[in-house]
Amino acid sequence: MPYLGSEDVVKELKKALCNPHVQADRLRYRNVIQRVIRMPGVQEYIQQPILSGLRDKASYVRRVAVLGCAKMHNLHEDSEVDGALVNELYSLLRDQDPIVVVNCLRALEEILRQEGGVVINKPIAHHLLNRMSKLDQWGQAEVLNFLLRYQPRSEEELFDILNLLDSFLKSSSPSVVMGAAKLFLILAEKFPHVQTDVLMQVKGPLLAACSSESRELCFAALCHVRQILHSLPGHFSSHYKKFFCSYSEPHYIKLQKVEVLCELVNDENVQQVLEELRGYCTDVSADFAQAAIFAIGGIARTYTDQCVQILTELLELRQEHITTVVVQTFRDLVWLCPQCTEAVCQALPGCEENIQDSEGKQALIWLLGVHGERIPSAPYVLEDFVENVKAEAFPAVKMELLTALLRLFLSRPAECQDTLGRLLHYCVEEEKDMAVRDRGLFYYRLLLAGVDGVKRILCSPKSDPSLGLLEDQAERPVNSWASDFNTLVPVYGKARWATISKCQGPERRGLELPNTASFAASGPLIPEEDKERVQESSGSGVLMLVPNLQLTAECFEKAWLSLQVAHQQALPWQGAVHPDTLQMALQVVHIQTIAVSRAGAQPWKAYLSAQDDAGCLFLMELLWEPGNSAVQISVKQSEPRPEALSSFMSVLETVIGTIGDIKL
Amino acid sequence: MISQFFILSSKGDPLIYKDFRGDSGGRDVAELFYRKLMGLPGEESPVVMVTKRGHHDDRHFIHIRHSGLYLVATTSENISPFSLLELLSRLATLLGDYCGSLGEGTISRNVALVYELLDEVLDYGYVQTTSTEMLRNFIQTEAVVSKPFSLFDLSSVGLFGAETQQSKVAPSSAASRPVLSSRSDPSQKNEVFLDVVERLSVLIASNGSLLKVDVQGEIRLKSFLPSGSEMRIGLTEEFCVGKSELRGYGPGIRVDEVSFHSSVQLDEFESHRILRLQPPQGELTVMRYQLSDDLPSPLPFRLFPSVQWDRGSGRLQVYLKLRCDLPPKSQALNIRLHLPLPRGVVSLSQELSSPEQKAELCDGALRWDLPRVQGGSQLSGLFQMEVPGLPGPPGQGQSTSAPPLGLGPASLSFELPRHTCSGLQVRFLRLAFRHCSNANPHKWVRHLSHSDAYVIRI
Repeated sequence: MPYLGSEDVVKELKKALCNPHVQADRLRYRNVIQRVIRMPGVQEYIQQPILSGLRDKASYVRRVAVLGCAKMHNLHEDSEVDGALVNELYSLLRDQDPIVVVNCLRALEEILRQEGGVVINKPIAHHLLNRMSKLDQWGQAEVLNFLLRYQPRSEEELFDILNLLDSFLKSSSPSVVMGAAKLFLILAEKFPHVQTDVLMQVKGPLLAACSSESRELCFAALCHVRQILHSLPGHFSSHYKKFFCSYSEPHYIKLQKVEVLCELVNDENVQQVLEELRGYCTDVSADFAQAAIFAIGGIARTYTDQCVQILTELLELRQEHITTVVVQTFRDLVWLCPQCTEAVCQALPGCEENIQDSEGKQALIWLLGVHGERIPSAPYVLEDFVENVKAEAFPAVKMELLTALLRLFLSRPAECQDTLGRLLHYCVEEEKDMAVRDRGLFYYRLLLAGVDGVKRILCSPKSDPSLGLLEDQAERPVNSWASDFNTLVPVYGKARWATISKCQGPERRGLELPNTASFAASGPLIPEEDKERVQESSGSGVLMLVPNLQLTAECFEKAWLSLQVAHQQALPWQGAVHPDTLQMALQVVHIQTIAVSRAGAQPWKAYLSAQDDAGCLFLMELLWEPGNSAVQISVKQSEPRPEALSSFMSVLETVIGTIGDIKL
Repeated sequence: MISQFFILSSKGDPLIYKDFRGDSGGRDVAELFYRKLMGLPGEESPVVMVTKRGHHDDRHFIHIRHSGLYLVATTSENISPFSLLELLSRLATLLGDYCGSLGEGTISRNVALVYELLDEVLDYGYVQTTSTEMLRNFIQTEAVVSKPFSLFDLSSVGLFGAETQQSKVAPSSAASRPVLSSRSDPSQKNEVFLDVVERLSVLIASNGSLLKVDVQGEIRLKSFLPSGSEMRIGLTEEFCVGKSELRGYGPGIRVDEVSFHSSVQLDEFESHRILRLQPPQGELTVMRYQLSDDLPSPLPFRLFPSVQWDRGSGRLQVYLKLRCDLPPKSQALNIRLHLPLPRGVVSLSQELSSPEQKAELCDGALRWDLPRVQGGSQLSGLFQMEVPGLPGPPGQGQSTSAPPLGLGPASLSFELPRHTCSGLQVRFLRLAFRHCSNANPHKWVRHLSHSDAYVIRI
């Protein structure tokens, strides 16, 4: 609510504004103009003093007057934009005083908000670039932000600008460095190597900010480090020690650091990182300890054995808050990395004594149900849960218990029959929660339909490794977040920002406008977005592989022998890739594996097939000779369609490249 | 663009409130912020927060904590967090410069001055200038200082740069003088403080090998001299930047990265390692440097722990030997060792090597305080604890030296006055002649290292 001055104050203000020489005393002028924002009754009085202030000799008065224009405009929101005033402000961009220049940009931005904000054309952009060194750090950071909306006409101009900006990447102020880095990233949108280069250059300042004495700055820097890691996972790997936590740090910093550690882990540092994380698991703060355990679980998707061992050791502590999180981690891990099932099953007995919360119990019960045939004591642990089901507070646990027991009943009927009967009886007769009762009734009727039916319905796959692979592949290109760099988005996190801006809907759009619809430099951005979309859709239109191609080995062989080789190529290959990994990766892009030689066989061969939506079959052979650093690929095609072949090859190349990077 | 700026005391009382744009709700925003801050669950970051009240009143709170105060800015735009955080810390420095030191007392005594400053620094939510030099032309109000400044207090001069325990206990009275309130007493006018402050973070593995060393150094200057007086700071001549540079005959003093304040002129830096600058009055970070992984001097402390752990009876015995590897003439102050213990530790008995030490249990950790340690000396402590309810795996009921999970890592905090870990020293601080009209200016050059994180795994 604006503060309404008393009548005397307004009168006094009006009197001051009526004085033709109000700007003679600059402090008084400033005070008068600053107070204008709260005084709705003085519109008609301020125009004259502000206009004469714009032409004053003292730069201080001009600074105040320029921002006064914005205040004047905002005072009567609905009024037309005054063209003469806008022109005057544009001409003041050439003012001698650097603060006047920056204030002009700010004022124009506010006045022209409806039309998309201040326009940065070529002369203005270059004028600003040349004045940059005269500005203080705040001005520099702000001008860098305004320059984001300028689109250089030619490549030459683009690189000229980048050269001019280079020195700001070395500024001692983090805000200028980040502003310059963002401008680089946006301008060099089409030059990935320049972007990578810039990110290399800001690494130093970012790391310095990460160990800065100001916790808040440190936090903002860590958030940006995470953002960069999404696209360049190896970027900070050699500096992993910088992200070790110290006990005196506040919680929010520690949690960010753990996330960063989790993301930058690679073959060289995994040992040290895990050792450090293990230390955090016994931290006094339960939240932090749990975050560390989840982080180890995240790393376990790639380095399963080491992590499962650490997690198993943690169970020995027999502390509730640790055990529950470890068991939850195990559940997710077994689903994604089936190879660790055995180790997990051995670690589970005994856990039930140390779990009290709902999440942990659900995880444990799920594990016992799905992998119960490998855990000798599973029926008896579940029986204990059934004994205490009346005292159980969480309906979700009861539901999980029903499903788990039924699953276990299918594999170990003799041991479970009695318990299952009791549980069903309890759920149907005594349970008050409707969802649990319905679930109980449902299973009861299902059992009535016969055990075979139950088996068909309940025995779903016990793991889905492709899920983990997909998550790993979600490396985002730099361009997808360049516009969020140096804003609040990385600090909130993308997900939280989405909810915030959704509520902010109408206002946000108003803020976005400047980027898309400024009137002189308009155009290029909107079509560009569309273009991308078009490319995306057309890109998938060219080659759409059919997901569930079922080609038998005989058909494959027949087709293979009848067709000519359409394309041959060698791709770099590390060798020693596990067949499962390959198969999984190929499944993701809908390429079916027909036959693969054993891991370690020499020479190693694989036969694959795929079909696109137009019905064209692709058959291929991968051949790898030991000692060779490339894999020989021969592709045959049922219809000669070169454009489909080339896009198919690029898909295959991506997959092979990705697997090569994983290096198992 | 900032909508509002306010300063809250540590208890949430608004000390300063300024609305720049007149577009947002009144003072209750400050209260709203404090309530949100207190209501945050542990794992969430308080650095930025958002309020949602209806569709058009979304506001981001961005704040820093400084000397127990919350400096908060609100904005409705998706602004650069770096700029805003930097601005807030610059404001904190400015307020410190003008009011003497930043604190609840000084702020509430100088409310008029603070508002005057804010009026100059920000207009309509936009930064105008933060340079002391430009601001001094406009600021009329004198700072109110609680107690008259006297040179006799200099014995307890703390460092304004580092937030160490020492400076918390004994606030530096010399350096916490308002920069611009010296009109009344010209005799105190000419003083310069130059501090070399290093923060040391170290990680030592359980076998004693060094995993990480990181030194963050700063040269900070606080000048009470009239602005525009030139000064030259001579650094150690063997000072090398980067891995490859070689200087002098000895091993040299090597740092990895250096950045200077924009006002520093470096024309004599290459040849003689001299920084030339004309500092404005107030505080200024002249140079920042980082050094990691190889330290020219030995680490200040080594810890030799030995652990006896009897699983059967739950008795845990920890023997800690702390060796200080500083040169014999130097000493370390306010050493505190923090050792997290397994859950459920109940009792502690101790045998310490000297009477002024103290050890106690707090928050499930052992805290061992040593007021001072002379270089080259060795101290030890023997601690016996009972840890019931931590049963080991069956079949291993014997006493072992393997530490139980949950013990350690130990972390040390300390201060090393007159010592820099990198070896960097200020050779001289010379002032240009023309401003020495009255008394010779006092120059104070101080060196200090303190621990940021000094962690030893057990």
